[in-house]
Amino acid sequence: MAGAKEVRTQIKSIGNTQKITKAMEMVAASKMRRAQERMRASRPYAEKIRSVVSHMGKAHPEYKHPYLIEREARRVGLIIISTDRGLCGGLNTNLFKAAIAAMKEWQGQKLEIELAVIGTKAMGFFKRLGGNVVSENSHLGDTPKVEELIGSVKVMLDAYDEGQIDRLYLANNVFVNTMTQEPTVDQLLPVSGDEQDKHLRHHWDYIYEPDAKEVMDGLLMRYIESLVYQGLVENIACEMAARMVAMKAASDNAGTLIDELQLIYNKARQAAITQELTEIVGGAAAV
Amino acid sequence: MSMTIHIDIVSAESEIFSGTANMVFAPAEMGEVGIAPRHTPLLTRLKPGEVRVQMEGQDEQFFYVSGGILEIQPHVVTVLADTAIRATDLDEAAAIQAKERAERAMDDKQSDFDYARAQAELAEAVAQLRTINSIRQKAGR
Repeated sequence: MAGAKEVRTQIKSIGNTQKITKAMEMVAASKMRRAQERMRASRPYAEKIRSVVSHMGKAHPEYKHPYLIEREARRVGLIIISTDRGLCGGLNTNLFKAAIAAMKEWQGQKLEIELAVIGTKAMGFFKRLGGNVVSENSHLGDTPKVEELIGSVKVMLDAYDEGQIDRLYLANNVFVNTMTQEPTVDQLLPVSGDEQDKHLRHHWDYIYEPDAKEVMDGLLMRYIESLVYQGLVENIACEMAARMVAMKAASDNAGTLIDELQLIYNKARQAAITQELTEIVGGAAAV
Repeated sequence: MSMTIHIDIVSAESEIFSGTANMVFAPAEMGEVGIAPRHTPLLTRLKPGEVRVQMEGQDEQFFYVSGGILEIQPHVVTVLADTAIRATDLDEAAAIQAKERAERAMDDKQSDFDYARAQAELAEAVAQLRTINSIRQKAGR
């Protein structure tokens, strides 16, 4: 019965692990719902500010803001949004892979790279990799506030203003659905004016109060912040979805493992009983 | 066409109000502005204060904003409200903090760094053990 006893303790310990992964799965599922709601709640602002910025692109201000002007790139900035905690499958790894692919391409073009990381996972990873990390932000929790991001974004915007960086990118996971999260690297600065030419005929402009530069500064700063915030909120929804899926897989695996071990245990038990019986029968025959 | 204007008030974290109004008042930086339909396009910053929306009935609605941006198009008013209190030196302080955190984290050879390395080493050791085990099993058979 020695083997059977070992198997039984193993079944018990796997059962305990399964309980934990099941609990984590359920926690992640409920957090995911809330994260998705937040994602939806922040969408109107992002849409409105995008439309205002695109209106501004169509207007003909006497002043051209530096964020709208493409300039020759020598250094680029990259904001990377990762999670604070692990156990969420390949979410962070996939994102870092995408980021590194983009960074390799820039390095191929002899561009230097400055990193702003959000989340402890990215900090750990890029420290080990030896990236040039200029700002760090972590432990934002499940309900991040815009004001907590201002610092990180401002570091990059200041660098852009001073000509330290000539382009700014954002790397985060995009929530497609519960099963799919897509790592993406998008350009934030200069703001690409894709729809700028459509309304060229209307030659109009806003009245700016107090003046064009100050209003545009404020608007574009908020625009970039809202994009980063949106990215962060989306990344949190991704994290929860990925964790839910990973924990579900872990629970399922634990279940199959327990089934297999149960079979081994039953066999060992039955073998022991059979052996005992033969011993008794053999003993009785000998008497 | 009746003379109304559409107004959207949004903040980064949620949508606050959306509807039509006869008239909208907002605390622009250069003084309060009253916006009637067919106002000329205007873009301005807001200072802390209240946005008043005069609805199509006689009732008025009030919304407090701590700042933000106001965009006016002839038939649409958009208020991009701030959720945070903004000031240049406050922003500056936040930026310096973010930089410092990065420097500290990069200098910090203990804690996270060792933890990450230990984790990698552990994963490697486990993989090696697994290989040794499988080789042993094959040899045993």
